Amino acid sequence: MESATAQGSPPPALELHDLSVAYHRRPVVYGVDVAVPEGKLVGIVGPNGAGKSTLVKAALGIVPLGSGWVEFFGRPYAEVKKRVAYVPQRESVDWDFPVSAMDVVMMGRYGHLGLVRRPRAADREIASAALEKVNMLPFANRQISNLSGGQQQRVFLARALAQQGDVYLMDEPFAGVDAATEASIIELLKELRDAGKTIFVVHHDLTTAEDYFDQLILLNMRLVAYGETRDVFTPELLQKTYGGRLTILNRVAEQAERMRVSGPGVNYDDKRHR
Amino acid sequence: MRSRFDPVAAHPVCRTVAPAGILAALCFFPVAVWAARIGDVGEASSISEQAVRFFTFADPALRCALLGALLLGLNCGLLGSFIVVRRMALVGDTLSHAVLPGIALGFLWASSKDPVAILVGATLVGMAGVLVSHAIERTTRLKQDSALGIVLASFYAIGICLVDHIQRSSAGKMSGIKSFLFGQASALSEADVLLMAVISAVSLLVITLLRGSLVTACFDSAFAHAIGLPVRALERLLLLLTAVAVVVAMQAAGVVLVSALLVIPASTAYLLADRMPRMLVIAALVGMLSAASGAFFSFLGNHLPTGPLIVLSAACFFVVAFLFAPRHGWLSGVFMRRSRWRRTRRENTLKTFYKVLEDRQFDGEDIALLTVAQIRKESVDEVVRRVRDLVAHGMVTLGDEGETAYFTPEGLREAARIVRNHRLWELYLTTVADYPADHVHEDAEEIEHVLGADMVRQLERRLSFPTEDPHGKPIPVVPEPVVGAAGFGIAGETTEHRDRFRL
Repeated sequence: MESATAQGSPPPALELHDLSVAYHRRPVVYGVDVAVPEGKLVGIVGPNGAGKSTLVKAALGIVPLGSGWVEFFGRPYAEVKKRVAYVPQRESVDWDFPVSAMDVVMMGRYGHLGLVRRPRAADREIASAALEKVNMLPFANRQISNLSGGQQQRVFLARALAQQGDVYLMDEPFAGVDAATEASIIELLKELRDAGKTIFVVHHDLTTAEDYFDQLILLNMRLVAYGETRDVFTPELLQKTYGGRLTILNRVAEQAERMRVSGPGVNYDDKRHR
Repeated sequence: MRSRFDPVAAHPVCRTVAPAGILAALCFFPVAVWAARIGDVGEASSISEQAVRFFTFADPALRCALLGALLLGLNCGLLGSFIVVRRMALVGDTLSHAVLPGIALGFLWASSKDPVAILVGATLVGMAGVLVSHAIERTTRLKQDSALGIVLASFYAIGICLVDHIQRSSAGKMSGIKSFLFGQASALSEADVLLMAVISAVSLLVITLLRGSLVTACFDSAFAHAIGLPVRALERLLLLLTAVAVVVAMQAAGVVLVSALLVIPASTAYLLADRMPRMLVIAALVGMLSAASGAFFSFLGNHLPTGPLIVLSAACFFVVAFLFAPRHGWLSGVFMRRSRWRRTRRENTLKTFYKVLEDRQFDGEDIALLTVAQIRKESVDEVVRRVRDLVAHGMVTLGDEGETAYFTPEGLREAARIVRNHRLWELYLTTVADYPADHVHEDAEEIEHVLGADMVRQLERRLSFPTEDPHGKPIPVVPEPVVGAAGFGIAGETTEHRDRFRL
């Protein structure tokens, strides 16, 4: 830490600068500015349709940016992909797909392996260790449709662990998970945080948000607040986050959609994406 | 097309063959433009002679047809697997129709049946068709099915017009284009087969090399994109390979049926395999077997078109897999439901036995079957049948007269367990979930059969080891198994078995 300060403070683990995203020209996220330092467990909180998933996808370049830029450790995402791990929403994939739990976790290694290289023994060990970490090793060879919802979520988590990143972006990792599993997952996330990793969790349960996270990003189409949980988890800010959309912002968004001319604009459909 | 089922023009050999009614109808197909058919060399007439010729690979036309069929089966099986797991069967269908104008353009361009010109023209137009449907989807509010439907029909219509034009303007010189419409493996030339071999080798190589990346991109494209895999390029590559596979398979299967070669072998494999590599192997094998047997039957029937026969063979494989697949098959589902139902029935009878004993405060051990019949509102014969089943499972023994039954220790334990499950669940619903006491019986009737040992332990803890159910009846304690007694299962064993059929 000392040396880092000597050279000036280290670049933030994730910096979003004036980030905006639009689906079909309808703005979903407006001008978000956030710079999150390393070693934090950060909750992304907001009502349905607040653009939480979109924010995560935009940070990873899965959806195109309307404006602004994203940097991880002071560099564009493309240069540091291997340091960033991602847990998509569980419903975003077809769980009847003919792959085993181990196959799914192994996918976490392809960012390191590239297109053609085959997984080696070392990769298999990393994948096994990741499955072990989430107590899913006994189910490694199960086809994924034969797993319960919580088990599927843990497989996704293991895949992110297998990516061995320094930043983790997780989209609703607690959806459809029982209380015991949720507790063990949050334990694991805190362990990662203590090891210096930075973790972002899209979360919608306000009753647990205060206990789980060091920092919160309160989002409702625009950034309502970002800061230490004790500072921003206040009735006023939560009211601002959940107390309906900004009427004018919303109306302009709808108008923008109506004005949309034919021809390919930003043509990404969130719900259809698998 | 107009005289497809014209009996007057039927070939004399066909009438004698008629292996199956419907298949035989297809041999009344006297299109003059067809080039040499399998079996045209040497006028063999009997089925056995034909079969011998088939298996000795006597004539070169046959070798080409068979080899071509095997290659296209392999290729379509492999690429079809990706189509099926990505739920894109309709895209395959669109592709197969959209290539027709390309085939016609290839003919016009080379002004003869040049395999490479046709391949290039057809692949380009086919891919253009799929991309047009993507564009429609992106820029309008139409969904994928409509977009594909529009492209499929309009491209096919253009194709038919072009084919018609070619046939009118230059009859004879352009022979062979008809085989693309309906499929005839014997129309395959050596150049065609060579091209197929090269294409299959390329597909096989690409799929083997990129297997991991392809599966990752197909399973979770957002994730694949995030980790830096070129998802768009991989998708286009698969589309290109599929378009090529469709074009080369088309000569043997025909425009309309070629998409079945993509979908049916791969779907068969989907029912049989739970891992992608195995699915690919099975799909390739089914594809090859269907294509080869299609070629064989076409050869036997002398003039039967290959396309429908290949598709019918593939459909037969699918039906077999549908019925008998070990895990996803219909029969295994039936067996599983049956065994679960039988088990439930046994458990219900045991429960009634327990009730009989409980009603008279466990005074005496004999259970009159007549009483059981009265409680269960069933005939005595029915009860006797159920008791026989229980005897076979070592749960009860019958008295000398056959009118009374007695619990074995195991049967008593099982009965107590079921009653305990029932009453624990009723208690849970009334105390924790706030159900009124008269609403819980029906629910418990279902749940008692599916509660595993784990869940029962949790219920016990949650309810702090209760002794009475909401109706004031005692919750029985499951007697400990007699240690060392032969033939007595341990309680955990039965519940473990039950867990496998978790609802």
